[in-house]
Amino acid sequence: MFNDIILPVLILTGIGLAAGIMLALASKFMSVPVNEKLEQVRGCLPGVNCGVCGYAGCDQYAKAIVEDGAKTNRCVPGGDETSRKISEVLGVAYQDVEEKVAFVACKGYCDVTSDKMDYQGIQTCRAASQLFGGETSCGYGCLGYGDCAQACPSHAIDVVNGVAVVRPEKCIGCSICVKVCPKSLISVYPLTKPIHVSCRNKDKGAKTRKVCTNGCIACRKCVSVCPTEAVKVEDNLAYIDPEKCISCGKCMEVCPVHVIDHFHPTCESR
Amino acid sequence: MELAKNLCIVLFSAILVDNFVLSKFMGICPFLGVSKKLSSAFGMSCAVTFVMVMATAVTWPVYTYLLAPNGLGYLDTITFILVIAAFVQLVEFALKRYIPVLYNTLGVYLPLITTNCAILGVTLLNIKDGHDYIASLVNALGGGLGFLLAMVLFAGVRTRIEGCKIRKAFEGLPITLISASIVALSFLGFGGVIDGIFK
Repeated sequence: MFNDIILPVLILTGIGLAAGIMLALASKFMSVPVNEKLEQVRGCLPGVNCGVCGYAGCDQYAKAIVEDGAKTNRCVPGGDETSRKISEVLGVAYQDVEEKVAFVACKGYCDVTSDKMDYQGIQTCRAASQLFGGETSCGYGCLGYGDCAQACPSHAIDVVNGVAVVRPEKCIGCSICVKVCPKSLISVYPLTKPIHVSCRNKDKGAKTRKVCTNGCIACRKCVSVCPTEAVKVEDNLAYIDPEKCISCGKCMEVCPVHVIDHFHPTCESR
Repeated sequence: MELAKNLCIVLFSAILVDNFVLSKFMGICPFLGVSKKLSSAFGMSCAVTFVMVMATAVTWPVYTYLLAPNGLGYLDTITFILVIAAFVQLVEFALKRYIPVLYNTLGVYLPLITTNCAILGVTLLNIKDGHDYIASLVNALGGGLGFLLAMVLFAGVRTRIEGCKIRKAFEGLPITLISASIVALSFLGFGGVIDGIFK
């Protein structure tokens, strides 16, 4: 009885106790002084570690705010509330956060484009894109396996009809999806600039037209109609500069393939 | 003289012939995880070597004088893990206090030394192979140095890989695993070398 049960328990407890005392002493003698403000600022940040603020993660951003005087309004997922809290902690002037929304630049739905092969491999965009750029006949388009939807921390992305769609009311603008997409189709734009070109096909118009009826054919109608010269065509693809765009919507009206588009419609209900 | 010769054999066979990473395939996780940069690979190996030697210094007497005489040999694994975990925590405190840069580069791999099977392997194999106290310590030191050798060599290999043009399907982990297997193959060549040197 003693040898079988009590002794092993005693020995293990003894070793554990000795280790515990050693660690307790070590933690006392080797403790690192922690900056109290740093802890408070870190507590205000949401902890998504998305990197939108331009720092590697929330810890680094908090450190930059406290030690290098970085701006308090760079946390997009946290929004105005976080900015206000941090400003209160530090006692500095508070600034609004520019809210941003992700946008998927592809309208290659199942009914307007076709597949060039029957892909049966691993069902992720990353794997599919490594095999001849994916099974869609357009080499630039959305593959629709939803890597972005899985990565999204706020479940704002759905794959609808073969193409990923962002629900702007749920999107926190963290741009994790931007890094995940192997086709680099997703960009993050300010919420106040809703009009963008939803295509990334750089082939010539005729070639684009063959693989997808919703692709940009670089006809330049949008360029000529734009009052602020915000639209440019480069590499057979239109691009709207959000800095210059006044969201007048004229380019949307003239576009023959309707590739210039708003954020997903639910955006307006916000 | 005989003793010194025996210890040399134990040391060098632990470094070269029975290299823990490349011959026994223990401790693969930090081997692949921290070998990207030479400096962090070196720091990691030093931490592992320290924990190996200290853990052996404690576990061997614990086993020989506490567990074995009482017929509690079956408790070896759990006791050793306890001791190793305590030492890893100690190393973590020390690094955080004195070398915060290394602490940040090692990141999650530092607490993972706790579950590094190379360390548990060293302590358990010392008992199993019937080494005495000194030989156990030397074996642990050799195991750590062998780990260091493998890590540093492989960090060099990986730096070279970074500069190469690699097929897309092989990028990242695949090419790392392939090159790891080739480095491991090269260590097979050390078989029998030790006996020849110390004849």
